Amino acid sequence: MKGNPVIRANDLTRRFGNFVAVDRISFEVHPGELFGFLGANGAGKTTAMRMLSGLIRPTSGTAIVLGYDVYRQSEAIKRSIGYMSQRFSLYEDLTIMENIRFYGGIYGLNAHLLSQRADEMLTQLDLKHQRDQLVRSLPTGWRQKLAFAVAILHRPRLVFLDEPTGGVDPIVRREFWEWILDYVAQGNTVFATTHYMDEAEYCSRLSVMVNGRIAAIGSPLELRGHFGVHDMEELFLNLAASTGT
Amino acid sequence: MKVRVIMAMIRKEFAQFFRDPANIRMLIVMPVVQLLLLPLAADYEVKSVRVCIVDSDHSPLSHELTAKIAANPHMHVGCKAESFEQALEGMERDEIDIALLIPAHFERDLVRNQNPVLSASVHAVNGQRASVGSQYLLQILADFNNKVRMNWLQLPKFNPVPLVDITHTYLYNPRMDYPSYMVPGILVILLTMVGFSLASMNLVREKEIGTIEQINVSPVRKSEFILGKLIPFWILGLVVLTLGLGIAAVFYGIYPRGSVGTIYAFASLYLLAILGLALLLSAFAQTQQQVMLVSYFVMMIFILLSGLYTSVESMPPWAQMTTHLNPVAHFIVVIRMVVLKGSTLSDILPHVGAMAAMAGILLPLAIWSYRKHF
Repeated sequence: MKGNPVIRANDLTRRFGNFVAVDRISFEVHPGELFGFLGANGAGKTTAMRMLSGLIRPTSGTAIVLGYDVYRQSEAIKRSIGYMSQRFSLYEDLTIMENIRFYGGIYGLNAHLLSQRADEMLTQLDLKHQRDQLVRSLPTGWRQKLAFAVAILHRPRLVFLDEPTGGVDPIVRREFWEWILDYVAQGNTVFATTHYMDEAEYCSRLSVMVNGRIAAIGSPLELRGHFGVHDMEELFLNLAASTGT
Repeated sequence: MKVRVIMAMIRKEFAQFFRDPANIRMLIVMPVVQLLLLPLAADYEVKSVRVCIVDSDHSPLSHELTAKIAANPHMHVGCKAESFEQALEGMERDEIDIALLIPAHFERDLVRNQNPVLSASVHAVNGQRASVGSQYLLQILADFNNKVRMNWLQLPKFNPVPLVDITHTYLYNPRMDYPSYMVPGILVILLTMVGFSLASMNLVREKEIGTIEQINVSPVRKSEFILGKLIPFWILGLVVLTLGLGIAAVFYGIYPRGSVGTIYAFASLYLLAILGLALLLSAFAQTQQQVMLVSYFVMMIFILLSGLYTSVESMPPWAQMTTHLNPVAHFIVVIRMVVLKGSTLSDILPHVGAMAAMAGILLPLAIWSYRKHF
């Protein structure tokens, strides 16, 4: 497609004792894609994402992220990616602004750039007047939006989102995905996991994970056509049934 | 290492610390209460030794001895038992500390130079009380002995009364007052507990709430992370020290004879070692309970073997060896030297060396043990 792949995984595997969380997955993600990782809880999505972002080491297989090897250059990967974890990752006992300053600071943003980006971001989020409010007091949807905004504060070319819309109401979810699409439209790549089947439709390409393996991969249109289903929900149920879960 | 990154971490720690009023209370109330209460309770002076005298002689000399013992301000002659057995029963009931038996014919034997034997039985469940009590009694008896010899015996050719009398003066703490001795030591314990528990709990709390993952996925270096966690508690430790020195001056009138700068310099080094250890332990703990339990265990050993309560010199050799590896023991020795003796930096150099070595090992170890990936 366009240039070198942003992510190239080959037979990537991670075991925890006898349990194989991720079983020889291979795929590529290209620049400017919104790549979806679809699967039930425990299918191995988060483990795969944590391997690609340098948080855990693979047991075997290879993966190159932004040209860096996940075994030897995980710190280089961390410099260039954004990551929003499934667990809420902002400090609840700090204000919105204090959180922004902290995360901006640990990514090495200088004071000028930081205040400029914080302003932009708070305007976009419509949180300008709440900047000195504790994060604890924000509703879940806003917290998640803020977490995403903080994850892209340093403008990473590649962002990992682990179930970004968990526990968020449908209206905010739609806003959220529009915002993600916006970021992708600026030429960035987003890798997102979800177990909401309707959200898969936002993705340019997606892979369906079942029991640690990739059961299907392609654009939503291709997948519907190939498996003869009407929506992702049906596809997912078919795949889960065929692999015996 | 980037200063900006470390600064961002320090600012965040302080913002979180001062957001919670419980932290501020702990920082101020704990030193005040400990320093005001503990030195008063930890008083080892034996003020009143309860003596029971069993007088089987009933002679003028035995009465004189009894009166002499009773006249001593530290002695309290309570009971007058008829038999030694009766006195021992009193000891069983915890009513007396020492039973002194004056045998029959005590006076006659003494005058005839037949070396009568006085026997004292000491209640030794409380070792401190027993040793100090019997010390007092021995002094009185020795004094009495000399007088008797002077008055009753004919002077021999050689004067049996020693011409040189050994007395002692307490240097550095002339009034032997306990606060001067205990307050600096307790200040060390305080600094240790505040620094150790705050730092270890803080790091493990981030693991529990999951924010540590967000840091682990960032480009923060391990050294930046550990320093970012260490420096705030290093500063808070020095704040506690300042508060403690203030209390020592205001409430106990204890002003260091040596330089306050020396104390701060050593405390700075000490905190590096202690916080390094705290962060090292937190690298292996997953929950706050785990790290609390381990910290409690470590602190307990450090404090009990520190020489705060029992002097290092009276420990068995193996225990004395361990104090070389015990940062708390070093600091207690140093702070007592500087506060009571006015020691200078050159006097405490061996301790500075030991502490620098500990900090130099523990800090890199804490950085090395911290895992950014699994």
